[in-house]
Amino acid sequence: MMASSYNAKEEDGHISGTSNHGGAGTVKTRKPDNTAFKQQRLPAWQPILTAGTVLPAFFVIGLIFIPIGIGLYVTSNNIKEFEIDYTGVETSNPCYNCAKNFSWNSTTPCNCSMSFTLEQPFESNVYMYYGLSNFYQNHRRYVKSRDDSQLNGDQSSLTNPSKECEPYRTSEGLPIAPCGAIANSLFNDTLELYHIDSNGTRTLVHLVKKGIAWWTDKHVKFRNPGVNSNLTAIFQGTAKPVNWRKPVYELEPLDSENNGFINEDFIVWMRTAALPTFRKLYRIIHKKPNTTPTLPSGKYVLEVTYNYPVLSFDGRKRMILSTISWMGGKNPFLGIAYITVGSICFFLGVVLLIIHHKYDTRSNSADIPN
Amino acid sequence: MERLHWVRHRCRQLLAADSGRGWYSNPNEPPSKAAAVDAGRRSGGKRRTVYARYGPHQTQWEVLTKKYPGNGIRTTKYSLLTFIPVNLFQQFRRVANLYFLFLALLNWVPVVEAFEKEITMIPLVVVLVVIGIKDALEDYRRYLFDKKINNNVARVFCGSQRAYVDRRWEQVRVGDLVRLSCNQIIPADLLLLSSSDPRGVCYIETSNLDGESNLKQRQVVPDANAANANAANAQNSEFCPESFSGRIECENPNEDLARFRGYMERPGGARVGLHQQNLLLRSCRVRNTETVVGIVVYAGHDTKAMMNNSGPRYKRSRLEKRLNTDVLWCVVLLAVMCLTAAVGHGLWLRNLQNPGLQGDPVFQVDGETSPALAGFQVFWTMIIVLQVLIPISLYVSIEIVKLVQIYFIHQDLDLHQQHQDSGVQCRALNITEDLGRVQFLFSDKTGTLTENQMVFRRCSIFGVEYPHRDNALRLQVYESQRGEAPGRPPTLRSVCSRKSLSCRSLSCNRSSVSLHTLTAESEDEDPPETTGAFCSRMAKDVVPDPDLVRKLSWLCWSGSAPPGGGGAQTQTQNQTQTQNQTQNQTQNQTQTQNQTQNQTQTQTQTSSPSSLELSCITDFFLALAVCNSVVVSSPGQPGHAVPEVQPPLRSLEEIRLMFQRLSFPPQIRGSPRGLAGRLFARKTGGLAVTTAEPGAGPEPGAGPDTGNPEDSSIEGPEDQNTEHQRPEDDPDQDNDDDLLYEAESPDEAALVHAARAYGCTLRCRSARSLLVDLPGIGSLAVSLLHVLPFDSNRKRMSVVVRHPLTGEVVVYTKGADSAIMDLAETPKGAEQSDVYNHVRDQTQNHLDTYAREGLRTLCIAKKVLDQDQYESWLKGQVLAESSIENRDELLLESAQRLETELTLLGSTGIVDRLQEDVPETIEALQGAGIRVWVLTGDKQETAVNVANACRLIRPNDQLMTLNCESKDACAALLEQLNLEVQGAENGPRDPVGDAPGPHGDGPGSVLVIDGRTLDWALQDGLQSSFLDLSRRCRAVICCRSTPLQKSQVVRLVRDRLGVLTLAVGDGANDVSMIQVADVGVGISGQEGMQAVMASDFAVSRFRHLRKLVLVHGRWCYHRLANMILYFLYKNVMYVNLLFWYQFFCGFSGSVMINSWVLILFNLAFTSVPPLVFGVLDQDTPAQTLLRVPELYRDLQTSQVYVPSTFWVSVLDAFYQSLVCFFVPYFALAGSDVGDLSFGSPINASALLVILLHQVIMSNTLTWIHGVVLLASAGSYFVFVVLFSRFCRTCSHPTNPLGVETLELARPGFYLIVGLTVVTALLPRFLFRVLHRTLHPSAALRSAQRDEADSERYRRRMQRWNQKHPRTGRVPVCADNPGLEPGLDPGPDQVRS
Repeated sequence: MMASSYNAKEEDGHISGTSNHGGAGTVKTRKPDNTAFKQQRLPAWQPILTAGTVLPAFFVIGLIFIPIGIGLYVTSNNIKEFEIDYTGVETSNPCYNCAKNFSWNSTTPCNCSMSFTLEQPFESNVYMYYGLSNFYQNHRRYVKSRDDSQLNGDQSSLTNPSKECEPYRTSEGLPIAPCGAIANSLFNDTLELYHIDSNGTRTLVHLVKKGIAWWTDKHVKFRNPGVNSNLTAIFQGTAKPVNWRKPVYELEPLDSENNGFINEDFIVWMRTAALPTFRKLYRIIHKKPNTTPTLPSGKYVLEVTYNYPVLSFDGRKRMILSTISWMGGKNPFLGIAYITVGSICFFLGVVLLIIHHKYDTRSNSADIPN
Repeated sequence: MERLHWVRHRCRQLLAADSGRGWYSNPNEPPSKAAAVDAGRRSGGKRRTVYARYGPHQTQWEVLTKKYPGNGIRTTKYSLLTFIPVNLFQQFRRVANLYFLFLALLNWVPVVEAFEKEITMIPLVVVLVVIGIKDALEDYRRYLFDKKINNNVARVFCGSQRAYVDRRWEQVRVGDLVRLSCNQIIPADLLLLSSSDPRGVCYIETSNLDGESNLKQRQVVPDANAANANAANAQNSEFCPESFSGRIECENPNEDLARFRGYMERPGGARVGLHQQNLLLRSCRVRNTETVVGIVVYAGHDTKAMMNNSGPRYKRSRLEKRLNTDVLWCVVLLAVMCLTAAVGHGLWLRNLQNPGLQGDPVFQVDGETSPALAGFQVFWTMIIVLQVLIPISLYVSIEIVKLVQIYFIHQDLDLHQQHQDSGVQCRALNITEDLGRVQFLFSDKTGTLTENQMVFRRCSIFGVEYPHRDNALRLQVYESQRGEAPGRPPTLRSVCSRKSLSCRSLSCNRSSVSLHTLTAESEDEDPPETTGAFCSRMAKDVVPDPDLVRKLSWLCWSGSAPPGGGGAQTQTQNQTQTQNQTQNQTQNQTQTQNQTQNQTQTQTQTSSPSSLELSCITDFFLALAVCNSVVVSSPGQPGHAVPEVQPPLRSLEEIRLMFQRLSFPPQIRGSPRGLAGRLFARKTGGLAVTTAEPGAGPEPGAGPDTGNPEDSSIEGPEDQNTEHQRPEDDPDQDNDDDLLYEAESPDEAALVHAARAYGCTLRCRSARSLLVDLPGIGSLAVSLLHVLPFDSNRKRMSVVVRHPLTGEVVVYTKGADSAIMDLAETPKGAEQSDVYNHVRDQTQNHLDTYAREGLRTLCIAKKVLDQDQYESWLKGQVLAESSIENRDELLLESAQRLETELTLLGSTGIVDRLQEDVPETIEALQGAGIRVWVLTGDKQETAVNVANACRLIRPNDQLMTLNCESKDACAALLEQLNLEVQGAENGPRDPVGDAPGPHGDGPGSVLVIDGRTLDWALQDGLQSSFLDLSRRCRAVICCRSTPLQKSQVVRLVRDRLGVLTLAVGDGANDVSMIQVADVGVGISGQEGMQAVMASDFAVSRFRHLRKLVLVHGRWCYHRLANMILYFLYKNVMYVNLLFWYQFFCGFSGSVMINSWVLILFNLAFTSVPPLVFGVLDQDTPAQTLLRVPELYRDLQTSQVYVPSTFWVSVLDAFYQSLVCFFVPYFALAGSDVGDLSFGSPINASALLVILLHQVIMSNTLTWIHGVVLLASAGSYFVFVVLFSRFCRTCSHPTNPLGVETLELARPGFYLIVGLTVVTALLPRFLFRVLHRTLHPSAALRSAQRDEADSERYRRRMQRWNQKHPRTGRVPVCADNPGLEPGLDPGPDQVRS
């Protein structure tokens, strides 16, 4: 490097020796340009953060946050939510037996029914969730264990799934479709809700299966392979996931728009939850056109086809009924947090006001350092 | 070009594979050490034998010389083919890249894999590609340079054509004979065999090599032509290349520019010693010589020029060291986090495998792994996941920031020197921020504090002091002119213009610009003029002292008795011949005649010189003219070389006779002739000297004198004008004024000019003889026998000449007074020993006076050798010169043997003005809490005086002098002074630790220590007490210190006190000090470029230090420190988000953020804001920093970047990451949120928090900040939206499809982000507000003042300044205008 700098120097000498000296007028000065940027004199805003200058900011934040917080809190409180645990850990629980005698391979479904009472009627659309606890759907190895190409309808991935799916990639020499641990552990309880009116008749509450998955997932991310709608033919040569009772093309045999990979229950499951305690949307109970509440208060029975084991990891299964608002489900945290932070800001504003009156004037009359 | 250089240096450093800048590699060994070892090995090894290529020894050439490398150079590192592998190899030698590679490879292990394999490759690939491209460009440019150089054409002798033919440089081989003409660049290291100059010399300019533009003389190998077998009359015949048959033995190539040893064996077997004087170095330029022929001894990479091309120095800044420890903390943090995760995962897994539970959980993919193994795997996974914590990109960012910082320093107008058109130059490119933490400043005096424009001021000869009052007045005029630069008196301008014309023609002729010569007359001329080194107008025009002129005139009268110009001399000879026969008689007569002379002169003169004094004066001026290494050139002559002596050489006999006649009292005393007489006559108007009588008989000089129009314009000194002295007015010597002296040191030039003012003109110089004009005698050839050059150990130089008049062998010695006074003795056998003693005492008195005035003193002495003495010494000297191995030691010994028993002739006082604004600068630096030490080789009194003048010592300071004769005395004195200072500290003032009062208003102590005492003080036993003492002193002045001592002092202070030191100097003697100091500043002054070459920063004036240190230093430090803190904060904050998530995913190493976003977050979205922060932030405006230097203390006391600030940053980062993670967590817990939807608000709020955090931390915000911040945030959101729209199956485990689009449409998202951002930033914001309100720093206060009442404040500062008068300069300046600081305009002073 230095060598070349020496060369450059030498060359410099050449130039100045031959050409530069001829015309003295062309001598270029090395004087730097006098521009604001180069002289570091760009006009700048100096945020002088003293109590006096930031006082208004604190009050403004306080004044904005507290109303928002109150609004959020009220909204959250208006949301109705009902939750029932049907895991069957306690012996008193109707599903206790089903939980005890579980086996993935049992051919006879185990049914149990939980009855509960809604104290208040649920207006507007009611969302029915199933909730799992202690289920680490965000485990690294679990999250990875899927093949997005396969789920997107890629033919080659269908027959040759990604390595990421191991050990749920092949079953008895056949590629698994859909492969991977996520798909393998698909939640397969069936929940049915019956309303028991005052005279004791059980009415099945109409649960809507469609519209529970994200639009992009349903229409972009998940696709059935092939063009023709004969899924059975398409999935010929693939195996069902180990834990599944029926192959993927029989998830919803009657509705081709909700069968195979684009089965919405499946899609919802495939979007892994962020936290070990989570809920997933199961069904929607649409608001009735007349003025009667979607779920009037009263007695209900939840009929569970108990398929899904959670005791192996000390998990819990719940069924949740909830209405939602513009900001999501019931969660008082945001509202309280907003109110708290707003109050703190307001309080700090007051403190700063005092400080400002006590100290800030001092710096104005600061003497020259001596 | 300069800029290009540093950019390339910078790049090189950036890219250098082995630069050792990695955070856990050892600091680089200083390259010099290895080089020295290397050199030692080489020099001890084999020798190199060189034969001429086409000479009689062609066969030997084939065998031997052909093996030596050719002259082509190749500085490229790669070729087209090898680029990729070699470059990759080089790059992977960097620790940072290895880290990336390690991570990338780790990610390939399936069980620990965290991301897609490509993603962990991104940082590595980005770095490799960027650096590879830079390397390639760099190398390509080098290749082009090489090609250009290699294709230069030189005329090389070709055997077949029997002529010199054009060859490209790369074709030149060792053993080739190369012919060069004037102004050509030397293609390889040549041994000079022949020169067109009849004296066999050649001049070269080495500015390409060391920046010195003065000419250096090189000597043809003695009797080189005799090596030609068939050239009988060697000296006159044209060098015959075909028959050159000498065998050259020389040492193997080494990089010592000042050393070349070897011998040339002639066919007969006789050997001629070769040394550095015979070597023409590659890349130098031939000057003043028409043609030279040399034989190539070293070619290509073997040449000394190439071997000296070591890369730029790498210094490690303290900030970087600090940073490295913090990075290590980051490593520890990373390890702790990964371990936590590993243990957590193990426990979690064990919990899961609890036998109480039935079966495997469905979400467990791999149930067989034992918890311990799984935990171990998770550890590595986490390292990949949390890799950002190790801020590798920080190092790249720091490089970039420093690059821009240096760019800004280079661009600063205030650091640009108008006259020289040179600005500041940052050479070491990675220690800008160390400028901001300087605690000790070590300054050289000469050339650093002062101009290093030596001007002869006064002298003392033979114990008589000549005050040169007019000379003082003249200097004052210059001083006042400098004050009012534009308005120069027209008369002076007219006088100058002639000068500058000649200068211009000269500089065109020389076709080179010597950048570091500053001439007085060039100051307001456009374009800047250049002349030879050290020949400013001020130095040239010495006004002689009337008394001395009067005495000299005696010499003239005696020297020019007969009328007629040239004929006079022959007649004189006749006369003297007769007197020769009565030699004894005349000597007896001398005394009596002297007396009569005294008697006759009593009416007109107060004293008349004795013959002894007269000869002393003659010798004195002869010594001034002769005892130097000045090269004379004259632009009037075609080859620039002054032609051989014009008047025929007188025989020795004649000269001796002439000199004897000098001893006679003047016979015709009324007719002043020659120069001195005319000078004298001219002076009469102003000086009221009445000796001048109308000349009896014809005056040879009268005609030209009156006929010269320029001389008529002379005005008296009362008019504040300088006379244009023309010492010789012979019409045929009209080019006299154009004599150009190129000296190695300014003192020499000043003395030669002074001698010339007295008519003792050095006209011409060759290797063997000097041509000197003597007043009234004319040109004399002085045969030069030896030159014992100056070295800093001896502190003197000597020449051995044959005296032109007496024919004796005389040694003239010139040197520091300490060196000479010790050696000066009363000549043996001299009767007037009391006279000599008196002279010594008087001279010592005068020396002291000079030193008190701040003059630089030199003593002149001589020694007459009789032939035997000379012969015996000569033997030793020849032996020393011809020895190859330890020649230097032998030469030194030989010189010391000669320089004994000297006879003191007199002493000179030379003025060196303070540079402009030096006192202000020192005051500001001291105000900034920087201890200023002055280390000088000058006398104590001189040093103290200069220290006074530059306000280093204030009037009521306690001056402690430390001069001891022995170590014990030194120890005792140190002890005593320590007690004294402690007492003073404890008494009136509060003990404030070791720092003296902040602004030093109270009386401080100043320690003055001389070189000998310093030696003892630096010894082990006394070091600590010396340090104790000096630490309590406001300033320390070390006088008479050698370069080695300078560096020892700096090293001692640096190591023992652990402070940051800055050394500033301009000369070669400061190089070691500059290298030792943490920050070395070179002043590109008059003394060549060695200091600049060794320095980290080069400035052109001392006053530039003020802005460089106070403003740029502080800014650079603040910026870099804040940027580093911010960077670390950013990484910790971001990485912790991922860490917190581990608690909710079973410590499995899962992430909730898309991996691309994760990688790009640091690489793209938040990479530019810290850079802008580090480049543009200004914590305090420049004006305020300059006005209130106390602000600089903030950095020394409450430093920005210390462990506490680092940990505060880390804690803040922890808090912020907690908020950023847990606010979304609590807001979304229990809901149906997916992992990426959960990460989306976290990531967005983290980004905003990080960006807004910078806004809070910034002191200034410009539109650039705004643009960058918005662009950063914008680019993130644009990226994630596009990604979530179009990434259908990509980015495997964290496919983002639809996530962000959905999130951004959700009001909850904004609610979460808003709350998070406010909550996260609240503490930092509050802290900053409270800190600034409750503890407003001085910086802030002044900033507020700026806005509030800058005007009132300015006035108050002015008043304050007046209250503290600058009294320090008073004692100096009364008599010595040269030391007057340049700021105060001079007129009123001059008038008074």
